[in-house]
Amino acid sequence: MTKRQIVLLASRLVQVLPVVVLATVVIFGLLQLVPGDPAAVIAGEYATAERIAEIRHQLGLDQPLWRQYLGWLFAAMHGDLSTSLITGQPVVEEVLRRLPNTLLIVCGALMLSISVGVPLGLTAATHVDSPVDRVVTTIASLGVAVPNFWFGMILVGFFALGLGLFPTTGAASLFQDPRAAVMHAALPSVALAMGGTAEIARQLRSAMIEVLGSQYVRTLHAKGLPQSSILWRHGLKNVSLTLLTVIGLVFNRTLGATVAIEAVFAIPGTGTLVVTSATNKDFPIVQGTVFVLVMIVIGCNLLIDLLCTVLDPRVDK
Amino acid sequence: MSERTIDRPPPAPRRGALVRFFAYLRTDLRAALAFTYLILLVLLSLFAAVVAVHSPLAQTPDILSPPSAVHWLGTDDLGRDVFARLIHGAPMTLYASFLAVCVGLMIGLPTGLAAGYFGGWLDTVISRVIDTLLSFPSIVLAIAVTGALGIGLTNSMIAVGIVFSPNIARLIRIQTIIVKGELYVDAARTFGMGPARLIVVHIVPNAIQPVIVQVTLLLATALLSEASLSFLGLGVQPPQPSWGQMLARAYGYMEIAPEQMYAPGFAILCTALAFNALGESLRTLLDPTRRRSS
Repeated sequence: MTKRQIVLLASRLVQVLPVVVLATVVIFGLLQLVPGDPAAVIAGEYATAERIAEIRHQLGLDQPLWRQYLGWLFAAMHGDLSTSLITGQPVVEEVLRRLPNTLLIVCGALMLSISVGVPLGLTAATHVDSPVDRVVTTIASLGVAVPNFWFGMILVGFFALGLGLFPTTGAASLFQDPRAAVMHAALPSVALAMGGTAEIARQLRSAMIEVLGSQYVRTLHAKGLPQSSILWRHGLKNVSLTLLTVIGLVFNRTLGATVAIEAVFAIPGTGTLVVTSATNKDFPIVQGTVFVLVMIVIGCNLLIDLLCTVLDPRVDK
Repeated sequence: MSERTIDRPPPAPRRGALVRFFAYLRTDLRAALAFTYLILLVLLSLFAAVVAVHSPLAQTPDILSPPSAVHWLGTDDLGRDVFARLIHGAPMTLYASFLAVCVGLMIGLPTGLAAGYFGGWLDTVISRVIDTLLSFPSIVLAIAVTGALGIGLTNSMIAVGIVFSPNIARLIRIQTIIVKGELYVDAARTFGMGPARLIVVHIVPNAIQPVIVQVTLLLATALLSEASLSFLGLGVQPPQPSWGQMLARAYGYMEIAPEQMYAPGFAILCTALAFNALGESLRTLLDPTRRRSS
């Protein structure tokens, strides 16, 4: 690694800090959006004044805003994201217990998106305006327009209820019963992968078309290099940065899209957690889940940024 | 798709945007279909009560009946006419999509313009906030905001709009920075034009085109978000019909009446496809490099 790369890596790390801090401000600020007195809203219509006061005290709403925020941030940095208003359980435990189920289908979907989207995009780019290209672009525009939860329902109807190949709902632990876990995660991952596959295929297609139309590819052709070697050795290397960036974007979107998919497949993940707690006004859980998910996304983006810095040869110059 | 070269007459520069748009529609079948579909959808929304013979809320004793001459798409688990509910779901969907995009524009446009035009520390702060908000998985943030504002269609779409705003702000910021460097902006400033008038007269008209494209594409995203949120019970509240919520009901009875889930799903899919197709065509139409080269 060169000195310039190390300097760049360090500056990337420093740049992430304000984003992390602002993210905590946004998550903390969510409670400020509650119209009227949050404590009264949380306590419900028939709450006694004591209960409202208790909630107000538990959430620290009786303190000035900046103290509330600093207190919350300080606790969060020590792994304490408060407790559920309904069950009284620590939020961190609840979120971490459900996180593996979500990550399993998200990672499954991501792998599917990459392994299907990349070949589709490359094939379309090398056969521009051919029937193959048209099929790929049609799949890509369908993929971003299909409601993923509806696609999930259709998959359940066909593969789970109809053919009985997969379990309809639920999840299993990857560590205790890997086979069951994979079987449970298969259909949700496929349903979730639809949008990502389309996005990767579309972006890779246009990036590759641009590379293949460039001067140096013409030189490679003139040099007599076979098409496959141009595509795989030179082309893929040049679109790899685009691909990495798109994968980061798709990861973020998939992590969000999983919410509806988890509801379809009744998977006890972070998505179903955030929906039930938002419905029940259990704000510490909502804040805690969003916090953990955002930190995962920021970490993932940072990783991709670092990879791009290391991979991009232009950085050295 | 957008890369395809389209045979069309050389553009006449003095024609209005609307005229040019209709002339373009004749050359692009996909855009014409999408546009016609959306116009039909708007008409259906306006005349929902006339088109659908049955009430979308009236319950009848024959529940989960298959499609028939009386009930074209059958009835749901409460004996309500699915066709009527589908038609009455259309205005809900359109209202939701446009509301979300409008909220996104109202927040995103001024902040993006301010960041791009004034630069300096303001730009740094706004850019960091944009980066941060883009790190949130959008639906999750929308759900959290909906939970705080209170469950319901309007609140959930305001939440989706808030989630959209950084996308719009980022786009208009970059465009503003590009346009700000143009000679005519400098010229206008030398003539003593103030920042407010400069932004309205010169910056916005020249920077807005990519935003128009983005907004059309965001309409599809808003539609899908509304469907998801209503499916999850955070959007349209019963007994009001909505496509996402119809899917949620249909899912509960999937083993008895699987055909219930097709119509609302197709409605969502077609509308999202139409918005996307229109957005892609607008991109082609508004692309300045394409206009010059063709």
